[in-house]
Amino acid sequence: MKTQHGISEQLLAKGSPSLWLLLAFLLIYPAISNDFFTFQIGAYSLILGTISLSLMMLAGYGGMVSLAQLTVAGLAGYLMAIFGENSVGVMGFGWPWWVTSVWAIFLAALFSAFIGAISVRTEGIYTIMITLAIAVAFYFFVRQNYVLFNGWTGYAGIEPPTILGIYWRNPVPFYFLSLAVAALFCGAVVYCSRSTFGLALQAIRDNPRRMRSLGYNVALHRVIAYFLSGIIAATAGVLLVWFNGRISPGSVSVGVVIDILVIAVLGGLRHPIGPFIGAIAFVLLENFAIDLIDRERFNTVIGLVFLLVVLYSPDGLLGLWGKIRMRMMNSGKTGPNETRGEIGSKSADSIETS
Amino acid sequence: MNGLQDSALSKLQRTGRYALELESVSRHFGALVAMADINLTVESGERRAVLGSNGAGKTTLFNAITGDFPPTAGRVRLFGEDVTDLPSHERIRRGLRRTYQISLLFHGLRVIDNVYLACRGISRGRFALRRPAIEDSAMESASNLISVVHLTDERDQLVANLSHGQQRQLEIALALAGAPRLILFDEPAAGLSPSERSELVEILQSMPEHIGYIIIEHDMDVALQVAQSVTMMHNGRIFKEGSPEEIENDPEVQQLYLGSGHG
Repeated sequence: MKTQHGISEQLLAKGSPSLWLLLAFLLIYPAISNDFFTFQIGAYSLILGTISLSLMMLAGYGGMVSLAQLTVAGLAGYLMAIFGENSVGVMGFGWPWWVTSVWAIFLAALFSAFIGAISVRTEGIYTIMITLAIAVAFYFFVRQNYVLFNGWTGYAGIEPPTILGIYWRNPVPFYFLSLAVAALFCGAVVYCSRSTFGLALQAIRDNPRRMRSLGYNVALHRVIAYFLSGIIAATAGVLLVWFNGRISPGSVSVGVVIDILVIAVLGGLRHPIGPFIGAIAFVLLENFAIDLIDRERFNTVIGLVFLLVVLYSPDGLLGLWGKIRMRMMNSGKTGPNETRGEIGSKSADSIETS
Repeated sequence: MNGLQDSALSKLQRTGRYALELESVSRHFGALVAMADINLTVESGERRAVLGSNGAGKTTLFNAITGDFPPTAGRVRLFGEDVTDLPSHERIRRGLRRTYQISLLFHGLRVIDNVYLACRGISRGRFALRRPAIEDSAMESASNLISVVHLTDERDQLVANLSHGQQRQLEIALALAGAPRLILFDEPAAGLSPSERSELVEILQSMPEHIGYIIIEHDMDVALQVAQSVTMMHNGRIFKEGSPEEIENDPEVQQLYLGSGHG
């Protein structure tokens, strides 16, 4: 299997011109677009991308495909409503926003570690099944539990704070807040992928048995990976509940849970930037597929695009982009050019098989 | 297995000079008896070859020692301590290492990262979220090990791009990481060219004296050059034990293993 991981790595290497161009574009984006594009497309893509990033980290580096990432984000959202303020009159302890958000993120990350502890001894399709079961159980639990989660209605009136005289739910501030969170976690994942923990996680993906025989506690490493990815998902979950202003069982239903997987696969699991590319494509399709086709059929368009991308580029849009660049660079040269090698090819194999 | 071994076994429990003691170790896979009633002692620093035809139970023996597939009966003691109920990674932290018959490496990582993780595995900081510095002690030992197994030029290569022989060498580097006291080599010469074989013999012979090892090897030339003692296995049991010369000249062994063509 040929991969373009190396090219995306090169393009986004520290100090490379394309990285600076990308950053510059992201910073001036609100100035060149309207409120709808800044908030509904820009900020929303960044939030969904961050949740998918938490899946990319687990799946791409750890070989663990968890479908419960949105559930973790959803729990963080519910905890914001429970410990902070809401307009429903149920729970709502009214803690200050910064205590509530840190507490919500911490508890949701613990929940993620718990999901990890349950599923860590399973591999491949069984991990997917167990995490899907947890996601479905969570959905039905919040739907039927009125004491904590206010059942079918859920919570409304969950607001981001006003700090420094800025109301953070206004499109431009909220866009930059989402951008800061996304960039922070994206950078952290890139950096940590070459840290001792990150290397060990990839080695466990490649060969858990050998890692055991090198003295590593493989199960503990995996659970900690779940905890860290839980922090990412939960932080994005706090942003998501501020974005929507409300949360209900529909926000954590199976459809949305699957959307996160679609986004991650659509964008590509090889590099942390992949989930964000996938999220932009997904949000654009979700908003504008209606213009192309009948209202009832827009899911068909998303499904078809997903199928085409997966069929023609197992590495998602990121891989497709790399392929095109490779072809452009190679045009004019004679003979096949295979100098790039098999970088990271094992990772895809283990995602598929292990 | 015999009276001599039994007395040796009780003596070593007091002295603790044995790196490894197996007491009536068996391993069943369902109804299949892969290994039955193995009594084996290896002294600290001893270099032992385990010979036997395919299916004799050699790799099963290794899996029982490391805990990859724990024995179904019997006790395993490492450096005087009963480790029968300990998981693999705890046994490794006590100074046991192994290599695998088929290279089990991390193909998506660089050569240096593979060895670095092996060095880090038995020390603190396994969960560090910081990138290791060049002068990090585990990183330094990793660089040294790479030069021991002649892979310095391949330092930043991905393992997937290495040749078979280079992967076997890397396999050995991983086993040498940390402060090993007993290493289990599972057919390290499999698939190597004659020149790579002599390089392997050189690496094994140049290992520090306090490091003992057990080596499974089909190539008699390699096995007898690097071992001080030999254990022959047959059908999951120990068939003969002795010095390389004794085993080489034993008529029963020749009959069983070498065939009539060898001398």
